[in-house]
Amino acid sequence: MPESNNISNQPEVFKNTLTELFENNYDQIMENSSGKIKSLRQKAFGIFKKNGFPGKKTENWRFTDLNHLFRNDFIIDFETKSQKVDISNIFTCDVYDLDTYCVTLINGWFAYNNSPLTKLKNGTIIGSLYKAMEIYPEIVEKYLGSIAKLNEPGFVPLNTAFMQDGLFIYVPDNVKVEKPVQVINIVDSQKPVFLQPRNLIITGKNSNLTLIHCDHTLTHNISFTNTVSEVIVDQNGYVDHYKVQNKGRNSSLITSLFFKQEKGSKLFNNAITLNGGFTRNQVDLLINGENCSANLNGLYLMDNNQHVDNQVFVDHKAFESLSNQLYKGILDDQASGVFSGKVLVRRDSQKSQAFQNNKNILLKDDAKVNTQPFLEIYADDVKCSHGATVGQLDPNAMFYLRSRGLSERTARQLLMYAFAGEVVNKISVEPLRENIIKLVEKRLKGELSICDQCILSCNSREPKFIQNIVD
Amino acid sequence: MQKDNNKIINKLAKSDYKYGFYTDIETDRAPKGLTEDTIRFIWEKKKEPDFMLDFRLKAFRHWQKMAEPTWAHVKYKPIDYQDITYYAAPHKKPQYENLDQVDPDLLETFNKLGIPLEEQKQLAGVAVDAVMDSVSVATTYKKSLAEKGIIFSSFSEALQDHPDLVEKYMATVVPYTDNFFAALNSAVFSDGSFVYIPKGVHCPMELSTYFRINAANTGQFERTLIVAEEGSYVSYLEGCTAPMRSENQLHAAIVEIIAHKNAEVKYSTVQNWYPGDKQGSGGVYNFVTKRGICKEKNAKISWTQVETGSAVTWKYPSLILKGDNTTGEFFSVAVTNNMQQADTGTKMIHLGKNSRSTIISKGISAGNSNNSYRGLVKMSGQATNSRNFSQCDSLLLGDKSGAHTFPYIDVANKSSIVEHEATTSKISEDQLFYSLQRGIDMENAIGLIVNGYAKDVLKKLPMEFAVEAQKLLSISLEGSVG
Amino acid sequence: MLSIKNLNVSVEGKPILNGLNLEVKDGEVHAIMGPNGSGKSTLASVIAGRDYFTIEQGEVTYMGKNLLEIPPEVRAKEGIFLGFQYPVEIPGVSMTNFMRTAINEKRKHQGLKPLSGAEFLKLMEEKKKLVKIESKLANRSVNEGFSGGEKKKNEIFQLALLEPKLAVLDETDSGLDIDALKVVANGVNMLKRKDNATILITHYQRLLDYVIPDVVHVLFDGKIVKSGGKELALELEEKGYNWITKET
Repeated sequence: MPESNNISNQPEVFKNTLTELFENNYDQIMENSSGKIKSLRQKAFGIFKKNGFPGKKTENWRFTDLNHLFRNDFIIDFETKSQKVDISNIFTCDVYDLDTYCVTLINGWFAYNNSPLTKLKNGTIIGSLYKAMEIYPEIVEKYLGSIAKLNEPGFVPLNTAFMQDGLFIYVPDNVKVEKPVQVINIVDSQKPVFLQPRNLIITGKNSNLTLIHCDHTLTHNISFTNTVSEVIVDQNGYVDHYKVQNKGRNSSLITSLFFKQEKGSKLFNNAITLNGGFTRNQVDLLINGENCSANLNGLYLMDNNQHVDNQVFVDHKAFESLSNQLYKGILDDQASGVFSGKVLVRRDSQKSQAFQNNKNILLKDDAKVNTQPFLEIYADDVKCSHGATVGQLDPNAMFYLRSRGLSERTARQLLMYAFAGEVVNKISVEPLRENIIKLVEKRLKGELSICDQCILSCNSREPKFIQNIVD
Repeated sequence: MQKDNNKIINKLAKSDYKYGFYTDIETDRAPKGLTEDTIRFIWEKKKEPDFMLDFRLKAFRHWQKMAEPTWAHVKYKPIDYQDITYYAAPHKKPQYENLDQVDPDLLETFNKLGIPLEEQKQLAGVAVDAVMDSVSVATTYKKSLAEKGIIFSSFSEALQDHPDLVEKYMATVVPYTDNFFAALNSAVFSDGSFVYIPKGVHCPMELSTYFRINAANTGQFERTLIVAEEGSYVSYLEGCTAPMRSENQLHAAIVEIIAHKNAEVKYSTVQNWYPGDKQGSGGVYNFVTKRGICKEKNAKISWTQVETGSAVTWKYPSLILKGDNTTGEFFSVAVTNNMQQADTGTKMIHLGKNSRSTIISKGISAGNSNNSYRGLVKMSGQATNSRNFSQCDSLLLGDKSGAHTFPYIDVANKSSIVEHEATTSKISEDQLFYSLQRGIDMENAIGLIVNGYAKDVLKKLPMEFAVEAQKLLSISLEGSVG
Repeated sequence: MLSIKNLNVSVEGKPILNGLNLEVKDGEVHAIMGPNGSGKSTLASVIAGRDYFTIEQGEVTYMGKNLLEIPPEVRAKEGIFLGFQYPVEIPGVSMTNFMRTAINEKRKHQGLKPLSGAEFLKLMEEKKKLVKIESKLANRSVNEGFSGGEKKKNEIFQLALLEPKLAVLDETDSGLDIDALKVVANGVNMLKRKDNATILITHYQRLLDYVIPDVVHVLFDGKIVKSGGKELALELEEKGYNWITKET
């Protein structure tokens, strides 16, 4: 671990340290970048240097306090590079009965058994972004940074300046990737680490992809991950995207997920947050072509003093498209939840339909929720609605169940499953749905530990790595 | 039909602002601009008690340190606060024994406004306080109200006659530090209305104030203070108009309501300040801070507003539900047309147990206008078993307008329930065609449908106001509203 | 009164009416029958002036004027009434207010003075009795929360109030129980005069037991394929539409 840096807990100091770090390690950071990517990094760095981190007064950060994240002893690693590891030695994970292409990122770097970048028979490329910059610069240049927004303060420009490795997937036109791709982000470090993985997913016209992101920590040490993903769904494409988060109490996770949909495409995005000390998920969707449909779902189950913040922005830039948001959360103990959903229907995006719903249950008086479902509409021929509720389990339903002989505890759990079920049941990959239902049940019973090695039911089977390798 | 629709909307957009006359009355003005001297001028002119000078100067000094808010979804040219006249009073000092002594021009103004003071005097029902260019010019029914111990007077008179009451309550709900426009108002306000309802008194008539900006380059800064003692009830109405002028006029008012134990206050507004012409020049900047407090248990305050005027509106009539079992209500219809911009809504701050609040907001946007609902519902940790229900609907007429909804919901206890619903849609083609098929032309059909859409709110208004509001909403609906 | 010649109408490029001809004279009751999708409702909508359709060809003359050039509200004021198949709900707008507006608009068009509130209420009472409609309907918002049958009865009530020259009733009988059907039929019969006319669009013969048509037409594939007396309706009922479609 060559680079160890002392970073103070003040955002300004943290920012200054990062800028110095960037300047001092300029050559190493730029090592793999083509001219275009270099200038993207420089631009992003300039923006970060100017704007720094968002503060309490930044509209979308009002309820999320960042100061405690900025630590003085984070390690940022520029050198590891993608590594050849026998993953099964550290970690096994898969979903029961679900055959996936499984890839792993360890501390933000791509880990592989055979090759850092593989090409399936159907032309699909899966592997390390770092390597892809080298081998497929024309693809990377075209898409990297094309939809991630640099103009917002903080984390996206920072990631763009520093990004090293992450997942790269390219699905050519007319290809249906039969098996889901499963990505496991593992944080495994004995020292506090600051990680900035970057993912780039491109699906071609008429193509299909199911992608499952799992976030884990294998350590109780402090970690801070700032992930940025860009997912492009070309015409008539279909992307089914899952994010399952089960991280340690000392881990902080900020993910910024950008989607762009072209004409006739379909998108499902599901964010399931089961545990995490501090989790912020930003989903930013640009509907760039007509007749698209997008379903953005989220479930968050928080206890202790965990904090989760979901920020969803849907930009209807084309006519006759549909977006549907459903985010639900149960907050226990002193946990706090934020939902901020914004739908923008631009002028001339006629016949848009946009729906937004956020429902919350508070189980304790010390739990808190802040919800802001916003609509900003500039076209008249639209159907838009939103709803937000904060409440408890329905006392009538509770009574009904108890009058049938169920204990209060069981009745409460049943109703909580039912509440969560509305989101979980939308998961279309059946084995995954089954597993997530089990996890949610376990979580609601208080039996799911963040120490479980794998949230998706660990078993002793060998991990499955990419087969069908042609090169 | 779309094309027709737009045609009609354009026609509506061109319809005249019928309150746009200007009355030629000599006025007594402060020199333009704002310094400590201006504040002393106002204070001296109004012969106010000493504590007022102190209050005004503190507010002014605080205001100088503040920045104009920018978070609202509105855009307007920067305001030059030194180019405004902060005090303009009708010259003939209005100290009338009866209406016969009132300047006939002024009476004519109020007649044009549809407030026939003379008629009002005979009709049972409404007591009127009319405020023109910041000075209260007539208060009817004062005597009959006084018999019940009700004080209904101009703010200036209240400062002379009941300085203790004013000092006790003024700025307790909206402190001068609250926001930029509240600080400005606190420094320079020249008049307004004062209402005091003693313990156990049910005010027998609606109390009504009409505000009118008349003089050019004048800001109107009025202040309303309503105090309802234990077990009392009052319904208060506020109406506003202004002449058509090509420059913008600033209106920065404060309304404070204090409701004690078991008291109930209904506050209704029909706001029809001059909205500017269809290119967006002129019109009133309406930056208003309205807030009430349900101070002790079982108190209830309702805000009902029909907002059709002003070039830019920045207004959030809010309630602090401090006592247990208190009730807060907010009913709003906001119509924007042409280049108008409205950012309006409410805040319901629940502090007491079992407190209840209801929000119904209907936004209607036409022309090139933008209409935003912005609201906060906050359940504090102590406000256990409290409830809020909010319904915020937006209706779009024409494809160049915008309708936006910005609700903020913060909940910090497990036993409260908050529900928020909102929809945005265009006016229904099927409803329009059905009406056309019955021989009702497009203009009237839109008027009917819009009025129907807003009915949940309009029915909360007192009778006299409801009729006026319906007319305002449909502009050319003459004779069709039964 | 109404003359339709070679009417061709399409929706989004899809032809619906293909060379339809129809002549309706004063005092006549016409029934137009036909299977689903034959273009019955389109014909009604075109007469009333819905702009959802494209007139490809043909002419429609009403009282000597080119009807197609007249905006829908003017058609209504000139005496055309459409009884909607699915009457829309208009929340918050009271029936009373709605109808008073409609009647006074029509009176204005005819150069008559508007009815005062009292006069209008009196007229409403009269018409309520005439069509045997419950008072409560008139006190509610237009069609809001009405049952299917109430909505149809409400159409007849409006017909009675507006006294049109030409009433086009689009499946006003569908979904009605026998009592409601009688109310509708009774309304139509009561309002029949020498100088007005009615077009009943219906799927079933049932209504024609109560309202005797002068002419029955069969609409199929966008044109009238057979016309006859009231016995044609019975024949249709007995043999079904297949009989006609085979024949043509």
